Amino acid sequence: MNDTQFVASDGRESVLRTEHLRIQFGGLRAVDDVNLEIKKGELYGLIGPNGAGKTTVFNLLTGVYKPTSGKIFLCGKDITGKAPAEINRLGIARTFQNIRLFNNLTVIENVMVGLSNSISCNIAQSIFRLPRHKKSEKEFYERALELLKVFQLDEYKDYLAANLPYGKQRKLEIARAMATNPTLLLLDEPAAGMNPNETQELMDDITFVRKNFGMTILLIEHDMRLVSGICENLTVLNFGTELAKGETAKVLSDPAVVKAYLGE
Amino acid sequence: MNRIAAFFKKPFIRRYANYLVIGAAALIFGLLSVTGALSMSNQFLLEQISIAVLLAVSLSMVVGFLGELSLGHAGFMCVGAYLGGKIASLLVSAMGVGESNFLVLILSLLIGGAVAALFGFIIGLPALRLRGDYLAIVTLAFGEIVRSVLMNLPSELFGGTLGLKTPRFTRQYLFIIALVLVLACLAVTQNLIRSKHGRAIISIKDNEIAARAMGIDVTKYKLFVFTISSFFAGVAGVLYSYTQSTVQSATFDYNYSIEILVMVVLGGMGSINGSMIAAALITFLNVKLQSVLKGDMAVLKDVIYALILILIVIYKNAPGLSAFREKYNFKTLTAKLFKKKETVSKNGDTVPVVQEEAKDE
Amino acid sequence: MDFINALINGLSLGGTYAMIAIGYTMVYGIAKMLNFAHGDIIMVGGYAMYVTLLLVGQPIVALIAAIVFCVILGVCVERFAYKPLRGASPLAVLITAIGVSSLLQSLAQIAFGSAPKMLMAVQISGTVTLGSIHIAYYTILTLALTVVIMVAMTLFVKYSKPGRAMVAVSEDRDAARLMGINTNAIIAITFAIGSALAAVAGYCMLIKSPTLTNTLGAMPGIKAFTAAVIGGIGSIPGAMLGGIVLGVIEAISLSIPGLAPFTDAVEFGILIIILLVKPAGLLGKARREKV
Repeated sequence: MNDTQFVASDGRESVLRTEHLRIQFGGLRAVDDVNLEIKKGELYGLIGPNGAGKTTVFNLLTGVYKPTSGKIFLCGKDITGKAPAEINRLGIARTFQNIRLFNNLTVIENVMVGLSNSISCNIAQSIFRLPRHKKSEKEFYERALELLKVFQLDEYKDYLAANLPYGKQRKLEIARAMATNPTLLLLDEPAAGMNPNETQELMDDITFVRKNFGMTILLIEHDMRLVSGICENLTVLNFGTELAKGETAKVLSDPAVVKAYLGE
Repeated sequence: MNRIAAFFKKPFIRRYANYLVIGAAALIFGLLSVTGALSMSNQFLLEQISIAVLLAVSLSMVVGFLGELSLGHAGFMCVGAYLGGKIASLLVSAMGVGESNFLVLILSLLIGGAVAALFGFIIGLPALRLRGDYLAIVTLAFGEIVRSVLMNLPSELFGGTLGLKTPRFTRQYLFIIALVLVLACLAVTQNLIRSKHGRAIISIKDNEIAARAMGIDVTKYKLFVFTISSFFAGVAGVLYSYTQSTVQSATFDYNYSIEILVMVVLGGMGSINGSMIAAALITFLNVKLQSVLKGDMAVLKDVIYALILILIVIYKNAPGLSAFREKYNFKTLTAKLFKKKETVSKNGDTVPVVQEEAKDE
Repeated sequence: MDFINALINGLSLGGTYAMIAIGYTMVYGIAKMLNFAHGDIIMVGGYAMYVTLLLVGQPIVALIAAIVFCVILGVCVERFAYKPLRGASPLAVLITAIGVSSLLQSLAQIAFGSAPKMLMAVQISGTVTLGSIHIAYYTILTLALTVVIMVAMTLFVKYSKPGRAMVAVSEDRDAARLMGINTNAIIAITFAIGSALAAVAGYCMLIKSPTLTNTLGAMPGIKAFTAAVIGGIGSIPGAMLGGIVLGVIEAISLSIPGLAPFTDAVEFGILIIILLVKPAGLLGKARREKV
C-alpha cells in the first residue's frame, strides 16, 4: 500500500481514487480518462446527460466491467479488476438505476442478504442446525430490523420486496447496500421516477445516512435540484470524458456544462 | 372444522408438518409391512414414490431455488444407479453376504451419491460461465453422454447394452430406508434454504448481479447447490438400482429428466412441499395408470402432464395474466374457502390486507 | 477413401442439421427463446407426409403437404403457447417449449401408435459410383436442397423486406417496433420459415431411412440445437456452419470402429468444450447484460 495515494491533495483521507479510468466497447470509448478523487465523508455527485457513461463508471468501480486501462484505489488499496463480490467485501456497496431487489425475498430478508458477510455461520452449521446457526439468525434478524427502522421500513418487513411501493423499493435498496457495511456507497439515480415528495424524503435520507453513519457517498443524478442541494463536489461526464469537476456551484455555472445539458 | 384448522396453525405443527407426515408414513407403512399386511405392489409404490420425491426435492434446489434449469437430473441418477449398483454387487460377492445386507446398502448409497456429487460439481463449473438456456443444454448433453458411455463401455464393466445386474434389497424393508432418506434429504434442503445460505441462493436466482454486488459468493453457492443436488439424485439412483434386478441406461434418458422437472414445476417451483406432493402424486398416477391405460393409450397421461405443464407455466408467468392471477390463485381461493379476510404473508404469519397501497406505482 | 465417403455423408447429414438449426437459431435470435419443440415439428411433418401418401401416393405432394402443415402448426404453437409468455422469464418459456415437445410426441403416439410407419414411397435408393467413392442419390438430393436453402435464406435475410425486418427485430425488438415493424408478424414469419425448413429436413431424413416414429425429431432436434450453439446461436451463417461441422464430426466418428458407439458422447462433449471455451459459439456475438 502506498501512503501517498491514501491522502488527498488537501490532506483529507481519500476513500476512492481513479486514475485514467477507461473502458472500450468495440470502437466506443464509453469511459475515457476519468480521474475521481473522493474524500472521506464527502457526498460527491457524478452527473451528465444520458449516455455520458455515468453508470458505466459505477460498473467499473464495482467490478461488473473490467477497465481497459487505468486504476481504481479504495482507501489506497488497488482494487482494479477485482470481482464484484470481492469489491463489495472490500467496502463498496451500490444501488441500481433499474431497481434490482430480490423480489422473492421479503423486505427484511433483502437486508439480511446484505448482512451475509458480516455475520458468520457456515453451510454445515446451518444444515445441521448447530447452535451457531440459531445465534446468527437472531443476530441477522435484529440487525436487519434495526436498519429497517432507520429507513422507516420496519412496518413493511414481511412484505415481499416486489410488493413495496416504488419509492420504498428505492429506499430498501439503499438499506440493503448499507447492510454490507461499506466505506463507500454508490447511488445510481436514486430519485429516478420519484415524485417531488418522495424525492424530498430521499434527500433527507441520504443526508441522514451520511451524518449518522459518516458515510462517503458517490451519487449519480439527473435531478439537478437534488445535486445542487446536497453534493459538495461534482464531476460532469459527457461522452465518457470529464467535462468539468470541482465545487458544485462553480461546476453548475460552467458554460460548457450548461451547454451539454441544455443546448444542442 | 375450526379446531382442525387451529391445530394445523400451531407453529410447531406448521414448521414440522412435512417431517411428521413422512415420519408417520414410514412408521405406519413400516409396521404394516413388517407384519405382512402391506401388499408387494404397495411396497413397490412406496419405493417408487420415495425415489421420485428424492429426485424432485433435489432438483428443486437447482431449478426452484438457484434458478438454473437442469435437464440432466436423470444423468446424475444414472451415475448413482450404475456406480452404486456395481459397488453393491462387488461388495456382496467380496464380503460373502446376502443381497439385502444393510451395510452394503449404506456404503453403496454413500459412494453412489458421492460420485454423482462429483459429476454435479463438474457440471456446476460451466454453470458459472453460461447463461440459463445454454446451461440447460449442457446438462442435457451431460445426461446423454453419461447414458451413452455407460451403455457402450465393455460389458465386463457395467453390463453394456444388456444392462447392469444389481443386488436387490428385500422389498419389505427397502421403502422404509427410502423414506428415511427422504427425511434426510428434506432436512438438508429445508435447513439449507431456511438459512443465510438459502437467502443467498434465492438472491442469486432473483438477481445475480445484485447478489454479487451484495458480496454474495455466487461461485461457491452455485457449485454447492449443483453438488448437493446431484448427491441426492445419485442416492435416488442407488435406491433405484436396489429396486431392480437390472439397471438399463435407456431408463435415464432426457424424458426422465423432464418428468422430474414436471414434478418440480407442478409443485410450484421454489416450494419443497409442493415438489414432494407433485412427485408423490405423479408417481402414484404413473403406477396406477400403468394397469389401466394399455398399449399406446399409456401416453394419454403424458398428454395430460404436458398440457398441465404448459397451462401452469403460462398461468404463473404470462405477463398478460397478472390481473387474472391476482383474482384467482391458491391463496385467494383457499381464503375464500375458509372465509378469511386476511392474506398469508410469505413466512406464514397472517398480515392484514394492505395490497391497495402496494399496487400504486 | 473411407474418409472421403464419411466426409460426403457428413456433409449431407450436416446439411440436414443445418436446416433444423436455422429454425432454432432464427427463433432464438428473434423471439429470444429456445424452441425445444422444434425437433418435433420434423416428426409431425413426417406423419403429414405419411397421411398424404396414403391419400395421394405422390412424394412431392406429400412434401408440400408436410411443409404447409408444419407451417400452420409452428405458427399455432407460437400463437397459443409462446406468445402469452412474451416478456416472461426465459426459463418459463423453455419449460413451456418442453411441454409442447412432450405434447406433440405423445399426441402422435396416440394418433399413429408406437409401431414405426414405413414410408417406402419416399425412400430414395441407389448410388453413384466414382472409382471407390460411393455417393447415394439421397445424399446428392440432400446436398442440393441444403445449398438451395442456404442461398435462399441468405438472400432472403439480406434483400427481402421481412428478412431485413427480422434482422432488425433480433438486434433490438423495442427499437424495431418503434420503427414501425410489426414484431408479432415477424415472429410469426420466423416460426413459419423455421417450421417449413424442419419439414424439408424431415424429408431429407426419410429419403435416407424411411422409418417414422414419434421420436423421429427428438435426437436430430437436440443435435441441431447443438449445431446452432456451436455456430453461435442467433446467427444464421453460424447455424449453417455448426450444422455442417457437427454432421461431419458425426459421420467421421461413426466411421471409426472404436469410436462409433460413443458418437453421441463425442458430439455432446464437443458442445460442452466449445461452450466453455467460446460461450457465444463460433460465429456468435457475446451479449452483455445491461446493468
